[in-house]
Amino acid sequence: MGIKVIKTPECSKRKKVWIQMGAILAALVITSLFIMAIGHNPFKVYFSMLEGALGTPYRLKETLVKVIPLLITALGIAVAFKMKFWNIGAEGQILMGAFGASYMALNFDYLPKVVVLTMMIIAGMICGGLWGLIPGYLKAQFNTNETIITLMMNYIALKWIIYLQYGPWKDPSSLGFPKVANFKDSATLPNVFGVHIGWILALILVIIIYIFLNHTKKGYEITVLGESENTARYAGIHVKNVILIAIFISGALAGLSGMIEASAVSNTLNMEVAGGMGYSAIIVAWLSGLSAPIIAIVAVLFAVLIQGGAYIQTAFQIPQSAADIIQAMILFCVLGSQFFIQYKIVFYKYTLHSEKGGHTI
Amino acid sequence: MNIGLFLAAAVIAGTPLLFATLGGILNEKVGHLNLGVEGMMLMGAIIGFMLGFKTDNAFIALAGAMAAGALGALIYAVLTISFHANQVVTGLALTIFGTGFSSFLGQSMVGQIVSNKLKASFAPVRVPLLADIPVIGEAVFNQSSFVYLGYVSAIILFIYFAYTQWGLNARMVGENPAAADAAGIAVNLYKYTHIVIGGAFCGLGGAFLPLVYVPAWQDGITAGRGWIAVALIIFIGWNPMKAILGGVLFGGLDILGLRLQGAGVHINQYFVDMVPYIVTILVLVIGGFHKGSKASPPKALGNAYFREER
Repeated sequence: MGIKVIKTPECSKRKKVWIQMGAILAALVITSLFIMAIGHNPFKVYFSMLEGALGTPYRLKETLVKVIPLLITALGIAVAFKMKFWNIGAEGQILMGAFGASYMALNFDYLPKVVVLTMMIIAGMICGGLWGLIPGYLKAQFNTNETIITLMMNYIALKWIIYLQYGPWKDPSSLGFPKVANFKDSATLPNVFGVHIGWILALILVIIIYIFLNHTKKGYEITVLGESENTARYAGIHVKNVILIAIFISGALAGLSGMIEASAVSNTLNMEVAGGMGYSAIIVAWLSGLSAPIIAIVAVLFAVLIQGGAYIQTAFQIPQSAADIIQAMILFCVLGSQFFIQYKIVFYKYTLHSEKGGHTI
Repeated sequence: MNIGLFLAAAVIAGTPLLFATLGGILNEKVGHLNLGVEGMMLMGAIIGFMLGFKTDNAFIALAGAMAAGALGALIYAVLTISFHANQVVTGLALTIFGTGFSSFLGQSMVGQIVSNKLKASFAPVRVPLLADIPVIGEAVFNQSSFVYLGYVSAIILFIYFAYTQWGLNARMVGENPAAADAAGIAVNLYKYTHIVIGGAFCGLGGAFLPLVYVPAWQDGITAGRGWIAVALIIFIGWNPMKAILGGVLFGGLDILGLRLQGAGVHINQYFVDMVPYIVTILVLVIGGFHKGSKASPPKALGNAYFREER
């Protein structure tokens, strides 16, 4: 008997769904064991996570507020990842987007609300986009490793924001407390049905990115470039331009998330404005197979997990960090399961006439 | 500002970076970009601290830290080697896991201080003669045995990769796995062992912080040092010997701003903090001009290798 792994060319949709369900089930079993090990009933904990995330209109709104930046950032990441440009710099792009938006909010808040918000959105997207464009340019020009550079730029952005918060942008009226002044009402995104307007932007963007990636020429060029740079070059695609455009879009969407967080959630600029969102969004984008509509679904599930994790802390005195562990275990299971989508394991008997390809399953 | 004292502090601040960098080099030499360094450091930090706290035995603490780091690395190895999962995403998931793991176990440990007995195990040991070298002698050779372990590990790894058959095989796996496979090298075995041992080094680097540097438990004690190590690996061009110097340099930058302020020079710590990251970017860009130089990354770094897909 031997075991062999073969790549399966195309996995049927039904099988894919089964495998993913299996992965989530496996994750639930492992986390249940973990929850039991720390002395709680897993069913009660899961139920109360759902309740904590969706149980009351207020909690539902809180969860939705978490979905918005996660979704928009993940859409941006999907654009870069589609090209196999490993942009893990969304965290920094969010921070720089928040920085650009805050500059407008703090200096031009005497203008009418529509004008201020528009300026903030544009500034946020440009700052986030430019922050992404730097590693994009280096990749296009010198073929440097974008994974490391985007990662490094996260920390440069973070230190920059901390510098502003503790230095030149410190609110003089905060009695020495290191915080940037709160935004005026003219720089705060309005609510629609109780949740800030970011959710409408997010939904529109899901559609736009879906169409962009699947039904436009540039989107197609990005996909081709992701599959094979040589193919793209032979097909006459201007590789450098495509890289720069895609990474600018990627960064601009992260920057938009930063603008939304600064304007509607924290109402000021601070170093927690990204708070690991850029990294979670990478995971959301990847688990969704870089497909815009699925990103929307996974972003909701992820937000439920984060919100529910925060709730079980108060309900069961389970530390918030337990939610991180559960989150990571689910990730591990799903990451492992993708193997079964792409490959199948074949058991075969050795036969004497192997030159005839005499493998029997 | 006393240069000797500053250098001594830089060596100590650089030691966790040195261990984590060595761990990262072991990963990257076999072609795996592991962004879980921060997570593995945290796993080693909490297990090392808890065992040290409970047993007062330095050896048990260090062995536990290595085992914890190795366990984290094993999860990564299984997913990326056997299950062909994406290295970047798996590494990030490992960092999330390690962060949660350390905060969870460390919740009841916050603020606990290392006992005097354990502190004594890690007290500075003066190396005769070498410590008498002017300026650097005291800083480099009057340190904790934990720091010396770092120097020794770096030298051993340097010899391993430069002069031993196993080390050369490992490098071949990182440069061209298909060729290594064809040459009869057990590619996956090499990947597994190097990644897991690399995790053990990261665990040691993490454990240095609560056992020697602070020495007490704080939540999130590594404070991003794992990411600095990822930068340092590139800065030193994957050379374990240079990791000693690189560790001191980046460790020195970590404490420079505060020290300068103490000496009356006002330079903003946040800008100093940016330097390691900016330098790393510059190194990568400049490295891009010198293709094929010794300091270029392993060619198959970040690329998965599946025999079936040749």
